[in-house]
Amino acid sequence: MRTNFKAALLAAALLLSSGSALAEGNFWLWLVNFSRQKEVKAVDNKAWKEECGSCHFAYQPGLLPGKSWAKLLDEKALADHFGEDASLDADTLKEISDYAMANAAENSFYKRSRKIALATEDGEAPLRITEVRYIKRKHHEIPEKMVKGNKDVKSQAYCNACHTKAEEGIFDEDTVDIPNFPDRD
Amino acid sequence: MKLRKILMTAGLLLATTTALATPATDELFARYKAEGATGFDAGRGDKAWHKESKGTEGQMMSCTSCHGPDLGKEGKHHKTNKVIGPMAPSVNKERFTDAKKIEKWFKRNCNDVLARECTAQEKGDYLKFLLGK
Repeated sequence: MRTNFKAALLAAALLLSSGSALAEGNFWLWLVNFSRQKEVKAVDNKAWKEECGSCHFAYQPGLLPGKSWAKLLDEKALADHFGEDASLDADTLKEISDYAMANAAENSFYKRSRKIALATEDGEAPLRITEVRYIKRKHHEIPEKMVKGNKDVKSQAYCNACHTKAEEGIFDEDTVDIPNFPDRD
Repeated sequence: MKLRKILMTAGLLLATTTALATPATDELFARYKAEGATGFDAGRGDKAWHKESKGTEGQMMSCTSCHGPDLGKEGKHHKTNKVIGPMAPSVNKERFTDAKKIEKWFKRNCNDVLARECTAQEKGDYLKFLLGK
């Protein structure tokens, strides 16, 4: 009886401490609501949507580890962002990099982000979405003609060319529609 | 004296409403002048807009590479294929209403297309040209 009580106390303490040690609310949200957090957290920051989304698909922060975002979202790095000048003013850059770090793959409770973080090897900081191990693995079996050779897709970097719900952070296979290949299955 | 003042303000008001300007572009024109530009010319802007030059990656490009040949229609980013809203303020009311945004894109796009930043004079000419569309 006594040991039972002790065990219960210990369990409660563990739950509480881990909860408070993690970002506020996140853990509890995950605990009671995990069915909704299967995918990747949709972008809920206006500056992110506008600044990233004005040139390309606004990749969710949870698609890359924090290390990658830190490299990408640096003043100098942005002046040559894959060959383009994507420089931002200091205030906007701060908002965007804070948002990236708070929601980076390893800091997210969303299942797909967790998998991305887990699949990333120590010290690795992929700069391109297409270099992320988990994402690479998931696309392994897709023939080149459907992506590179497909004039309406061209690259895996254009997530929303096939992932119809990419903007909502949903990358589930059921939501995939590859242009020019309607009978993929 | 008083009449002249009234006439002048009326004239100014008329000029700002008919010459297709926004508070943002007025602010920028004033700034560019303060930076040494002298009078802005839509024709010069037009020419520069269409002129091809070597971009940062060595390929020939002009503003139309992404904004498309028709300013009243959407453009497409030459690399990411992202749709870019029409540049002409006559069809896109949001254009040229935010000075910060205009400056941000001048900096980026001049760097990408001309491999250098634009001068105050060039930016003013581009603006003058685009505002008339």
